[in-house]
Amino acid sequence: MKLSILNKIPKSLIVSLLAVVFGLLAGALFMLFTGNNPFEGYTYLIRGGTMNIERLGNTLATASPLILTGLSVAFAFRTGLFNIGASGQMLFGGFCATAVALTLSAPKPILLLISVIAAGIGGALWGVVPGLLKSKFNVHEVVSSIMMNWIAYWVIYYAVPTYLKGAFLETESKKISHEASLRVDWLTNLFDGSYINLGLFIGIISVIVIAFILNKTVLGYELKSVGFNRYAAEYAGISVNKNIVLAMMISGALAGLAGAALYIGNASNIQIGILPPQGFDGIAVSLLGSNTPIGVLAAAIFFGLLYSGKGFMNAMTNIPPEIADTIIATIIYFAATSVLIEKGLDRLKKKRRGN
Amino acid sequence: MWTLIAQIFPYAIAFTIPLLITALGGLFSERSGVVNIGLEGLMVVGSFSAAMVIYSLQPTMSIDIAVWIGLLAAALAGGLFSLLHAFASINLNANQVISGTAINMMAGALTVFLARNVTGSGNIPIVRGLIRRNIPVLSEIPIIGRLFFTGTYATTWLVLVILFIGWFVIYKTSYGLRLRACGEHPHAADSAGVNVYKTRYIAVIISGAFSGLGGGILLVTIAGEFTGSVAGLGFLALASLIFGQWKPLGILGATAFFGIASTIANVSSVIPMLQVIPGVLLKVFPYVVTLIALVAFSKSSQAPKAAGEPYEKGKR
Repeated sequence: MKLSILNKIPKSLIVSLLAVVFGLLAGALFMLFTGNNPFEGYTYLIRGGTMNIERLGNTLATASPLILTGLSVAFAFRTGLFNIGASGQMLFGGFCATAVALTLSAPKPILLLISVIAAGIGGALWGVVPGLLKSKFNVHEVVSSIMMNWIAYWVIYYAVPTYLKGAFLETESKKISHEASLRVDWLTNLFDGSYINLGLFIGIISVIVIAFILNKTVLGYELKSVGFNRYAAEYAGISVNKNIVLAMMISGALAGLAGAALYIGNASNIQIGILPPQGFDGIAVSLLGSNTPIGVLAAAIFFGLLYSGKGFMNAMTNIPPEIADTIIATIIYFAATSVLIEKGLDRLKKKRRGN
Repeated sequence: MWTLIAQIFPYAIAFTIPLLITALGGLFSERSGVVNIGLEGLMVVGSFSAAMVIYSLQPTMSIDIAVWIGLLAAALAGGLFSLLHAFASINLNANQVISGTAINMMAGALTVFLARNVTGSGNIPIVRGLIRRNIPVLSEIPIIGRLFFTGTYATTWLVLVILFIGWFVIYKTSYGLRLRACGEHPHAADSAGVNVYKTRYIAVIISGAFSGLGGGILLVTIAGEFTGSVAGLGFLALASLIFGQWKPLGILGATAFFGIASTIANVSSVIPMLQVIPGVLLKVFPYVVTLIALVAFSKSSQAPKAAGEPYEKGKR
């Protein structure tokens, strides 16, 4: 009986869920180790993200950039590419969006449209470089996108104080006006003053579009073929190089949109000296969502909950907020070592069958 | 001009040394066939451990001794933490890039988490780090004495000695030959009786210990406080490794080059003569140069052929 249930659920889902369980267990151990009560900790963590409509809105807002970076990483993964540069693409995209938001004056819908497009183009530009280097010179995309991350970091480090300097601080840009922000009144009111914004809709629309591209179009078929086996794809007449460039460009654009969701949605200015951690969390989101758009959506909301609840947990207990990041890192580690979990599952199934 | 160079030089060396030792660690790991992008995280672990040890020892003993115990702890902790990466990439055939990313994230989060339990703020200050000393006799030599032997840290000499030993081990010992064989063609190495798993384990632990030491040196020479990050130095070390084409002397050149560029960028705002060079150019310089090097060497890259690929015994 139990065996049949185990067989019906996709293996990837079981692996993801187990990775989450192990991550949470590791978090509990760290809480215990530092003299705190894990049950109390998790209760406050979850309550902090869900206990009223405003906090629920904040959870969704925190999840929005994660949906987009997760989608960015997942999309590249499906083409057999590892986009570790989502962070830099996101930063540069967010910078472009902020620059538009601070310099252009237009009616809100037009201004937002241009900012978001600028973010997408900025991210695509940053993402296409590793793609081109990979297709033309066979440079590994991981190394080149790490370099691109730090180039973005330093470009923004100098560009923001020079061009978009805020009134008081050297380390951040001017605040964008309400007109230029992705926050809209009806949504803010609906969620009792939460900072939830249109970034969530950018994320959800992207999930639908990417799911459509991957599953229903020729482009998606070609991209996935390249991901499964680039030699077989080439033999079948698919241009591998073109698809690599295209995949990195789209992946970069998605990360750029995450930049818009973060810097002109959740935040209202851009700070220097930080590579947005959401870019790296995107790897976790993508892995946990087994590289599918819908899985990414679910994983991003879960991580959004961890991140938005950690402040409340920290206020109510002595547990440092970094526990959330520790849990996420542990989940990635277990997702990376999923072979271990899969082997365990296989052994379990064999045992059952033996009985 | 001379005074300017003499002023900047000690800073450039101080900045180069943690990079150099970390890149050397990366060299061991990658030459054995395991890509380690967790260098950044391992440096953070080292910096944290050194800070913890010095912070708790400084009331009871002389700072100078505490600093050295701290550095030892940094290397040990880095080596221990790298076991996570070794286990994932050697035993479980995990994607080494994902495992390395997990190391980076875990190090950043876990160390601050633990630091908060100790100091409350997540930062760990130390009273002071190492003291710069003049080398007797040698510092009297004109020009060279002023540049290389005046106001140096003991760790600088330690790292240079390690670099020499590392070069010797890699090129002149049987372990080094095995190590390189595992990175180029593990199956051939295995058929010649080399234990690929063991060789790679040792290499990854060395990379962890060296990166941890790098983080510790950064703390006691430049930073003076643990803040939960090493500001991308681990990735800069990775860039040096590639720019130095996976060779000990190559990375010495690359790290010195990047160290000087970063130092000039850091001081350019206060020194009028350097203000003509935009800081952003100096800061992105190492990364752009690495990208160019990747393209230039793409046909004749010296990268270990099996780096990044899990070794499966039965696979042909």
